[in-house]
Amino acid sequence: MEANTRSTGRLPAAFLTPGSSSFMDFLSEHQPELLPGKRQLPAVQGVLEAPHGTTIVAVTFPGGVVLAGDRRATMGNVIAQRDIEKVFPADEYSAVGIAGTAGLAVEMVKLFQLELEHFEKVEGAQLSLEGKANRLSTMIRSNLGMAMQGLAVVPLFAGYDLDRERGRIFSYDVTGGRSEEQNYAATGSGSIFARGAMKKLFRDDLSEEQATTLVVQALYDAADDDSATGGPDVARRIYPIITVITEDGFRRLTEEEASVLSRSVLQARLEQPDGPRAALL
Amino acid sequence: MSTPFYVSPQQAMADRAEYARKGIARGRSLVVLQYADGIVFVGENPSRALHKFSEIYDRIGFAAAGKYNEYENLRIGGVRYADLRGYTYDRDDVTARGLANVYAQTLGTIFSSAAEKPYEVELVVAEVGDTPEGDQIYRLPHDGSIVDEHGSVAVGGNAEQISGFLDQRHRDGMSLAEALKLAVQALSRDTNGTEREIPAERLEVAVLDRTRPQKRKFKRIVGRQLGRLLEADGAATEAESSDEEE
Repeated sequence: MEANTRSTGRLPAAFLTPGSSSFMDFLSEHQPELLPGKRQLPAVQGVLEAPHGTTIVAVTFPGGVVLAGDRRATMGNVIAQRDIEKVFPADEYSAVGIAGTAGLAVEMVKLFQLELEHFEKVEGAQLSLEGKANRLSTMIRSNLGMAMQGLAVVPLFAGYDLDRERGRIFSYDVTGGRSEEQNYAATGSGSIFARGAMKKLFRDDLSEEQATTLVVQALYDAADDDSATGGPDVARRIYPIITVITEDGFRRLTEEEASVLSRSVLQARLEQPDGPRAALL
Repeated sequence: MSTPFYVSPQQAMADRAEYARKGIARGRSLVVLQYADGIVFVGENPSRALHKFSEIYDRIGFAAAGKYNEYENLRIGGVRYADLRGYTYDRDDVTARGLANVYAQTLGTIFSSAAEKPYEVELVVAEVGDTPEGDQIYRLPHDGSIVDEHGSVAVGGNAEQISGFLDQRHRDGMSLAEALKLAVQALSRDTNGTEREIPAERLEVAVLDRTRPQKRKFKRIVGRQLGRLLEADGAATEAESSDEEE
C-alpha cells in the first residue's frame, strides 16, 4: 500500500520530495499503475460493450455559465441506466460534464477533481481557468489508447473566470484537443440536435433563469431526435442535472427546481411539440 | 592511534533532543483550541504568504512550529498521503489518527537515525468531528511521540507556559470569538510575565468549522471578519460569531 509500508512506516521519500504541486505527477512517480493512462491494454481487438453517457450542453450568460446533462446511459440499444449523473463540480468555480464511456469518465472526473484540490492545497492558490482546462486536456490525451479501442471520453468543461469576470466553456475532442467555445456548446450523441436548438434560442442578454430554461429546451430537442438521450422522466421524477457557475461559485439546481423547469418546458411542448419558434427573418 | 570519544546512547539522544528543542523554541508559539462549532488555530505570523496552518483534507487541519522548510515538507507529504489514500479508498477513510501515525513514524525515524539531523519541528494534526466529542487533536513533538490532546494545545517556544494558562481558562462550548480572544491573550504573554499587544495583521487564524455546508471544513479567517471577531465582546459574542460563519 501507499504510505505505511516500507519497513519503518515513515513517509517514503517520494512524499517528501519538494517540487511538483500536481497529484498526477506525484502518482506517476510513486504509483503509476493508479493512473488511468498508464495501464497496459490487452492486445485483443474487439467491441467492448460498456455503458455510454450521452448529451451534455453548456451555455453562457452575462454573469456566469450553465452546464447541464441528461440522465441516460446506453449500452448498444439497451438503456443501461436511467438516472446516471454526468455533470460534476470540478472545484468551486468550475464543472465538468462527460459524454462517452461512463466508467472511465467517472474515474477521470474523480482524478481531475483531486488534481485541482491538490494543487489548491499545496500552493495555497487556485489554478487559472485556462490551467484547469489544460490539465483536463492532458488527461483526455492519456486515454487515447482506450479511445482507439472504442472507449472514448469526451468532456465539456465550464467555469467562471475570476480574472476576466465571465463564464467560459471549453470543448474537447478524443485526442485531447481543446477549444474555447463562444456562447454555447454541446457534446455527446445528441449534441447535433442540442446545438441546433441552442443556435436558434441563444441571445446574449439571457438571465440565469432563461439560460437554465434554454439548456432544458436543448436537452429536450436532443432527446426528441436521439434515442440515446433521455428526456425529462416525469413518472420516475428523473430530471436533467443543471448546474450554474457564477461569481458566487458552483451551484447545482435542486431536484425541485429542475422539476419545475422541466415541467414548464413539457407543458409548453404539449401546445408546440417542436418547441419555441425562432423568427424567420 | 586515536580512539574516538565514547558517547553514551543516552547522551547522544539527549543532545539531539536539545538541538531540536532549541530550534523549535526560536519560532513563535501557536495554539489550537476546541470551540463549540469546531477547532480554531491561532498564531502570531508576520507573513501573509508563509502559513503555519493549512488544510490537509476535508476535516483535517495541520499546524506547525519550528523550521519552515522542514514542516513545509511534512505538510506536503501529508497532503499527498491524504489525497492518495482518499483516491485509493474513499474520502471517509482519511483520518487524523492515520496521518498522525505516519507523521510520528517519520519524525521518529529521522530523530533516531544517526545519518540525519533531527527535524526542528513540532506539529499539531486536528480533525473536526460531527460533534465536539468527535474532535481529535494530536500533538507531535520532534522525537516521534504522539500526544492525544483535548480542549487546548500550544506548541513552539513558550508552549509550556501558554498551555498552563490555557488549561486554567479554556472550557468546553466556547464561542469562536471567546476562544479566539483567549488564544490571543495566551499568545501575548511573554516568558517574563509581561503582556504585549499583537495587532490583528500579525495574527494568522484558521478554523475547522463543522457547520460549514461544504465537505471541506477548513477556512482561513482574515481581514474584516477577523477584526469583527476580535472586537466582539460579552453578550454580542454569540450572535456575532454565528453570522460570521457563512
